[in-house]
Amino acid sequence: MEGFADALLLRAGYNAALVGVGAALLGFAAGASGSFMFLRKRALVSDAVAHATLPGVGLAFIAMVMLGGDGRWLPGLLAGSALSAWVGLLVVEWITRRTRLPEDTAIGAVLSVFFGIGIVLLTVIQSMSSGRQAGLEDFLLGATAGMLYQDAVVIAAGGTLAVLATWILRRPMTLVAFDAEYAAASGYDVRRIDLAMMGLVLAVTVIGLKIVGLILIVAMLIIPPVTARFWTDRSDRLIWVAGASGGLAGYFGAAISASAPALPTGPIIVLVAAALFIVSLFLAPVRGVLAALLRHRRFQHRVHLRQGLLALARGDRILEPYTIRVLQAEGLARADGVATEAGRARAARIARDERRWAVAREVHQDSGLTGRYDGLTPIEQVFTPDEIAEFDRRLGGPTPVGGA
Amino acid sequence: MGAEFVQFSLTPILIGVLASIACALPGNFLVLRRQALIGDAISHVVLPGIVVAFLLTASVAALPMLIGAAGAAIVAVILIEAIKRLGRIEPGAAMGVTFTTLFAGGVLLLEQTDTSSVHIDVEHALMGNLETLIWFRADGWGSLLDPVALASLPPELPRMAVTAAILTVLTLVFWRWLKISTFDEGFARTLGLPVGAIGLGLVIAAAVAAVAAFDAVGSIIVIAMFICPPAAARLMTNRLEHQVLWSVGFATLSAVLGYVLAGYGPLWLGGSNAVSAAGMIAAVSGLILGLACLFAPHRARVGVGREDAG
Repeated sequence: MEGFADALLLRAGYNAALVGVGAALLGFAAGASGSFMFLRKRALVSDAVAHATLPGVGLAFIAMVMLGGDGRWLPGLLAGSALSAWVGLLVVEWITRRTRLPEDTAIGAVLSVFFGIGIVLLTVIQSMSSGRQAGLEDFLLGATAGMLYQDAVVIAAGGTLAVLATWILRRPMTLVAFDAEYAAASGYDVRRIDLAMMGLVLAVTVIGLKIVGLILIVAMLIIPPVTARFWTDRSDRLIWVAGASGGLAGYFGAAISASAPALPTGPIIVLVAAALFIVSLFLAPVRGVLAALLRHRRFQHRVHLRQGLLALARGDRILEPYTIRVLQAEGLARADGVATEAGRARAARIARDERRWAVAREVHQDSGLTGRYDGLTPIEQVFTPDEIAEFDRRLGGPTPVGGA
Repeated sequence: MGAEFVQFSLTPILIGVLASIACALPGNFLVLRRQALIGDAISHVVLPGIVVAFLLTASVAALPMLIGAAGAAIVAVILIEAIKRLGRIEPGAAMGVTFTTLFAGGVLLLEQTDTSSVHIDVEHALMGNLETLIWFRADGWGSLLDPVALASLPPELPRMAVTAAILTVLTLVFWRWLKISTFDEGFARTLGLPVGAIGLGLVIAAAVAAVAAFDAVGSIIVIAMFICPPAAARLMTNRLEHQVLWSVGFATLSAVLGYVLAGYGPLWLGGSNAVSAAGMIAAVSGLILGLACLFAPHRARVGVGREDAG
């Protein structure tokens, strides 16, 4: 617990602090740039991008060793991974544009084939004399334990740049993600902005390779935007909520993972993000499951109240136990379904409302106003008092309730 | 091509071919239904499935592993559906949330438990161990008729053969249902076909194929074979019957060629060690798909002229 508090307050050592800041920045950039892909309904393109980095890592290692250098130099490996991910991205685009295969098939094909090539290259590297301790497997799942100081600096700087780029490009990317046709009509080059979006996703992926690993970086691009979707219906806010939730996941995940051994950084960050998602799924206002449940209960309550009162007004027997419970709880009926004094008064009002609606639907035959009749809305919410007075004039005098 | 081939290469090639076919058969329908990435999702959640099975039974016997993996696949499908409905999230994103989270959970469990004594790790899950499935007791083609030698076949071979056979039979039995509901769901519904059950059954069949193949060959082949051979076959023909046959042919070709290239390719190039057969099989299937994208007769989208299609 103490280790966790230390890591949270950036006191667990210089590297851990850098990793924590880097993971937070990375999470923010990933959440924000992932939002654009999510709104564009292309979330899984990032899956293809992430898996397509592997051959680049392998080739960069081989190239650097052949040139006589140290194959593990991080910027070199990242450059290689960016290059092959870019190729993967272009292949996805090329397949969807030039053949009749749909995008998800193109994504799956690129993902599996590039990953397969990457695995072949990894086995080649393992058989090279300098490759035995290459540790390139760390790129699959991320590993911050043995990270060098320079590597942490590269990640923190990359995260900062990615956040900046998101900030600068937020306007055109929001527009394209939200309504590509409108963006095209306004004179934006949609294809180029799409590529910029992909480029940003690619940058996030490459920066995240060392922390989260290429299999799980996809989670950082998808989970925070989906989480944010529960909290807002506005696309500009979605981006920042997603960024914030991704940043929180990155920061807390890195801190938890630094606090104890055998807690791999990548999976922990993803699980923190998933926890935020689950909380949002259930507890978010309006779109959350709990809110929807409550809304449904309230609606059910209103329907039973209204129908119960109408039944009282007609003098019908109420058989539905839930209706009786609702009426009883409001003091409108007794347990055996007989109306109380208050119940008879409310029932008379509801019955009048219902009759006024019937007249209103006759008078305004195809107007938008009568379309709002749903058997629940009081007529006073839709028509003005003088209109209601006119309906009453057509209705004639009051009639007694329940035949009494 | 003598005793050594039978001993070291015959069984891995057969297992690779059977696994490829088992995955390619349901893959055809998944690709046509735009659910290609279900295969990707299933093969990711297999890892937490086998880890949980290992924690519960403390053994690496095949049956608990298979049940665990199949259970995880079904849980994943239910979760994806639940997130889609409860949260009103688009399917791709719901899938991405589910499988990455389950995979992360699997990796964490794996790191937390002491599995050093047994043969479970992430790389094994990805790459499989096709190269190690050799037939020790074989000493030539004659062993194929020798009951003693046949009894020592690697158990993955009969298991994979049974899976491939079951999937073939299922595909044939439900052919008309699958075909109608894949191409025209509304029409299938008016005929009274259980469209929802067919869709779920297809995903479960895919999960069974993925789980059985995963055990022998790793998840890379599984994803590649779900998608690449059917996609390439889709570009070769407009008829479903022919497409399925083409995809089986492509799957077989990828498995054989990939295994041979991985085992002997480096030797021809002067290297000394073989490379990952699983990776190479996936790469070959990608190569076939690439060629199909460039030259196949039906590659263009309907309504696109030849000049546009390039």
